[in-house]
Amino acid sequence: MTNIDLKNLTIASTQSFLKEGGTVESVVQKYLEEIEQKNSDLNIYLEVFSDAIEQARVVDQKIKEEGLENLPLAGVPLAIKDNILIEGRNVSAASKVLTGYKATYDATVISKLKSAGAIFLGRANMDEFAMGGSTENSAFGVTKNPYNADKVAGGSSGGSAAAVGGDMALASLGSDTGGSIRQPASFCGVVGLKPTYGAVSRFGLIAMASSLDQIGPITKNVADAETIFKVIAGADELDSTSAPYQFNEQKKEVLTIGVPYDFIAEGVDGEVLENFHQTITKLKEAGHIIKEVSLPNLKYSLAAYYVLMPAESSSNLGRFDGLRYGLAGTGDNLLEDYKTARAAGFGQEVRRRIILGTYVLSAGYYDAYYGKAVAVRELIRGDYMEAFDEKMGRVDVIMTPTAPTPAWTIGDKDGDPLKTYLEDIFTVPVNLAGIPALSVPTGFNKKGLPLGVQICANYWAENTLFNIGKVIENFTK
Amino acid sequence: MISEHEIEVLSDLARIDLSPEEKHSFHHDLESILGYISQLQELQETQPEKQDLGLVKNVMRSDTPSHDRKQFTDKILASAPNTKNGFIEVKKILNND
Repeated sequence: MTNIDLKNLTIASTQSFLKEGGTVESVVQKYLEEIEQKNSDLNIYLEVFSDAIEQARVVDQKIKEEGLENLPLAGVPLAIKDNILIEGRNVSAASKVLTGYKATYDATVISKLKSAGAIFLGRANMDEFAMGGSTENSAFGVTKNPYNADKVAGGSSGGSAAAVGGDMALASLGSDTGGSIRQPASFCGVVGLKPTYGAVSRFGLIAMASSLDQIGPITKNVADAETIFKVIAGADELDSTSAPYQFNEQKKEVLTIGVPYDFIAEGVDGEVLENFHQTITKLKEAGHIIKEVSLPNLKYSLAAYYVLMPAESSSNLGRFDGLRYGLAGTGDNLLEDYKTARAAGFGQEVRRRIILGTYVLSAGYYDAYYGKAVAVRELIRGDYMEAFDEKMGRVDVIMTPTAPTPAWTIGDKDGDPLKTYLEDIFTVPVNLAGIPALSVPTGFNKKGLPLGVQICANYWAENTLFNIGKVIENFTK
Repeated sequence: MISEHEIEVLSDLARIDLSPEEKHSFHHDLESILGYISQLQELQETQPEKQDLGLVKNVMRSDTPSHDRKQFTDKILASAPNTKNGFIEVKKILNND
């Protein structure tokens, strides 16, 4: 019982460990030791909470009094992305603009996790305001990939994914606007879920692009993602875009898997593609049906995304003015206060996107950009609905690689924002449509970097994702 | 596609000071991003109808106070860089002289 093997620890095995009399404190202690050893090199946590052991003791006491029955996440040590509010604690979205800010309330997901018995280990690094795909845009330095410290961990939830991949947390929360859970999960060899839009409350998430943002879990296996998802899903009167969630326990034995072959034909790394085809072959051998699907409008998704996302971000980030919280301005009047606070507080990528968002929303350009992007979004939604449509020879899921390349070398894409944007090609259309998607690890390339596939399903069909995800993760076990 | 002068106007509108070097580099970046985005123009004929998937409805609540008076005041003021007499303090907007 004294031996806790972090590499193989899961939520289920933590529960059995506690049932056999193990303590939450010993699990948390083990993680803190691992963090102590590795965090200064990998820069995964922006802050490790000094009261983690105290939190553990409280849960140990609760288990003694009430048992484990109502604590599905008892003693599960989590890393929380630095854009999710925990009352009384610092939260910065990895930005200097929120210097000194302490959250005044709990995000709904945090209250739910607390009631389920989870432990918060610390704040995980990210791209500033979730803008980026590598955490290179964090104001507090890049997070390194636990599999290779020369490589990025992906982003924007890079710290959350690297914490789980590097055994510095059992699981974590991230947020996903255009791939920010799935791509880092894939880069760090772990599972990442972007739930259906509206499945999880965003109350207490620092907003980036509100019509796209979702909170989701990053875990070591699919069962853990399912456990956390069931805890955090559901309607919340504090987020009017959230909806009641009815988890469908149905399980289909044979699934029809759609592959958009033309969409993945170009610009994908050779080893990524080979690995993807191997997974498809194994699924076929396991008795599932593979079918080509056509999603003709997905090629416009990045163009539409890079209109809608900056437009919404530029509006959402208007609230950071240095008056009510965070870094104060240093001007001679109110206007100069705004301009200096925002110039000093926001990093380059954030300012670039705010300017771009301001441009596409300005009079005279609105129809050409924003109007078009909204129209494209409907076309993309239509493509998916047609593919999932029962009458039209439906598929149950659609699969692509999660990202066109494995983790890149830190600094490699510096100076060319467009190049980084193109990395989101497979993940972005999912957010535009609002459907759920799961990234599952599928092994490594020759250099030992993790690879992953993305599975997409119809609205509210997370159960299908978990079912097929469990099949796929077993291929590499 | 976009001029450096426009970048200046936009930075004013967005309330963000940009240094001359940044204006220059942002101009370059935006040119390249807008170049990419302009492929949306290929789609000029298609204006798809918004599909009703039955997912979206209005969410209302009654227009009554949702919390007690001053329940959050102290917490909120504690975050503000400058406060005075229970208010958040800001600099003058108009100059009288």
